[in-house]
Amino acid sequence: MAFLEINKLVKRFGPVEVLKGINLQVEEGGFLVLVGPSGCGKSTLLSMIAGLDTVTEGEIRIDGRRVNELVPSQRDIAMVFQSYALYPNMTVGGNIAFGLEMRGVPKAEREAAIQRVSEMLQIGHLLNRKPSQLSGGQRQRVAMGRALVRDPKLFLFDEPLSNLDAKLRVDMRTEIKRLHQTMGTTIVYVTHDQIEAMTLATQIAVLKDGVLQQFGTPAEIYNNPVNVFVADFMGSPSMNIVKAKVKVNGAGVGVALARGNEPDLVLEAGRGSEGLRAHDGREVLLGIRPEAITDFDGADRTARTVVQAECHVDVVEPAGADTFVVTHLGGREVIARMRSDAVVRAGDRVGFAFNMDKAVFFDPAAQTRVA
Amino acid sequence: MAVSSPDTAVRTSRATRALIYALLIFFAVYYMLPLYVMVVNSVKPLDEIRGGAMLSLPQVLTLDPWRSAWSTAQIGVEPTGLAPYFINSILMVVPAVAISTVLGAMNGYVLTKWRFPGHNIVFGMMLLACFIPFQIVLIPMARILGLINLAGTTPGLVLVHVVYGIGFTTLFFRNYYEAFPTELVKAAQIDGASFWQIFFRIMLPSSGPIIVVTVIWQFTNVWNDFLFGASFADYDSQPITVALNNLVSSSTGVKEYNVHFAGAILAALPTLVVYIVSGRYFVRGLMAGAVKG
Repeated sequence: MAFLEINKLVKRFGPVEVLKGINLQVEEGGFLVLVGPSGCGKSTLLSMIAGLDTVTEGEIRIDGRRVNELVPSQRDIAMVFQSYALYPNMTVGGNIAFGLEMRGVPKAEREAAIQRVSEMLQIGHLLNRKPSQLSGGQRQRVAMGRALVRDPKLFLFDEPLSNLDAKLRVDMRTEIKRLHQTMGTTIVYVTHDQIEAMTLATQIAVLKDGVLQQFGTPAEIYNNPVNVFVADFMGSPSMNIVKAKVKVNGAGVGVALARGNEPDLVLEAGRGSEGLRAHDGREVLLGIRPEAITDFDGADRTARTVVQAECHVDVVEPAGADTFVVTHLGGREVIARMRSDAVVRAGDRVGFAFNMDKAVFFDPAAQTRVA
Repeated sequence: MAVSSPDTAVRTSRATRALIYALLIFFAVYYMLPLYVMVVNSVKPLDEIRGGAMLSLPQVLTLDPWRSAWSTAQIGVEPTGLAPYFINSILMVVPAVAISTVLGAMNGYVLTKWRFPGHNIVFGMMLLACFIPFQIVLIPMARILGLINLAGTTPGLVLVHVVYGIGFTTLFFRNYYEAFPTELVKAAQIDGASFWQIFFRIMLPSSGPIIVVTVIWQFTNVWNDFLFGASFADYDSQPITVALNNLVSSSTGVKEYNVHFAGAILAALPTLVVYIVSGRYFVRGLMAGAVKG
């Protein structure tokens, strides 16, 4: 049995259904990230796990125990809020110890716990300050300290990094990951930032409009998205999704992409061949990530199906580590990620290598995966 | 303030500036004049006032009018001075202000952080209480005070003022707590704090400005009230406003204007002190409510 189980969870506010039957399981020590665009219900789901929102239908179990009817303090959870929610009238030490104090832990033990946590988070020198005297990053640490000190079964993070500047966000992300690795705690983490989701999670749940789109490891979500929404949402720059026509030619299966006034570009279908065979002659959506389209020399040598073709270059965007090259295929812009020293100029015809092992195919109407 | 401060919105020439200051000084003097008259005449012997020199400084300085007003002047039938009534007022104001402020804070807390179906209707009704004229409730209130055996007592007056003040104190606290981050309450819930612990440990310690506003507002209103004091108090529980009226309008003997002036200042002193001590918080607190509420 999983450590955190969410079964057929439904949440309604009046007639509005914001969560439509969510099923999730997290093992002990797992790091579940709930990700999705704003309004997808991820924060509501977290609030329900915390006990701050009631459950309309379904069940939440933590460590085998049904918690639907328990108030937040009885669920053995800790939560880090987006605004940090530090008590403005208390010192840092008081903030960290408040939960212990409310649970009647003796003062000496509380002091020891504050010491332990403040050393771990390197906030020992701040203990006597008020939250208003702290920087954003320091507040973030204190908020985490307040959660860590009680040693709860489950940690909940509600977009904890969204109020920090870009550099600090990356630092704190690493720190959260390190804490998770050293302490082995179970975490549920809400974010709208797919990079945070990819870097932190052991499991990702992608939500949209109250419906769970896909639940799996970051690699599964990234490489095998179940529909166009997940494919498009995860990854930056996002996946190229273009119209293509399936062409079966004896044993070979290919997809043809329209190219302005040039003949169609036909790409061998790679790992999707078997699934596509039934769709001969029909239109599908080809999804291929920018890093699966490279220059010839940058192509993955272990890949089985690499198709090479010359295409017209519209725009070149050097980004330091890589060079993003934009071309036009199937009526849409397609971004390729080439090595930084690949020689490419806008207006040239350049060789592109398509790693079709990584390609995925969707039904254009239903937006679901076909191969 | 001769140098124009860098954050004024409109640049002004020297002449306009002089005009503005002249006007300000004129009105300041104009508004201070009554206080001047009161203070000056309260330290004059009665003869000087009768001579018609209301505005001149005293030729003979005396504190006798003050002593008389405080402890020996004729109030109604007893020559007690204002002292016992001053005590009455204190005994009425302190509990009335404290209770109505605490109740207002609790109402504000529940109306913003523990919302229940119909919370808006309840708040609307409390708001309405702010607009009920005093005179309308006199008779029903007298009946109720009689029924609960508090007629003519200080606790009875406290009750009247608490009931009347609760609309205002609730309004103040609700608007203040509306802007108070709800995530703090949620965090405290997860930390295991109870309903009251959240109120006393998280909400109240952050309510300094609005408590000051409420206390000043309630203190001034309750202290200055005449109608309820005159209607519901007995001789042994009359507040100072009623006693001052009895002092000034007593119809026997000589009108001791200097004593009346001293008595009026005595009666106004506590509200004056409250304003001077916490007036700047009053403005600040009102602004906080205005901007965020």
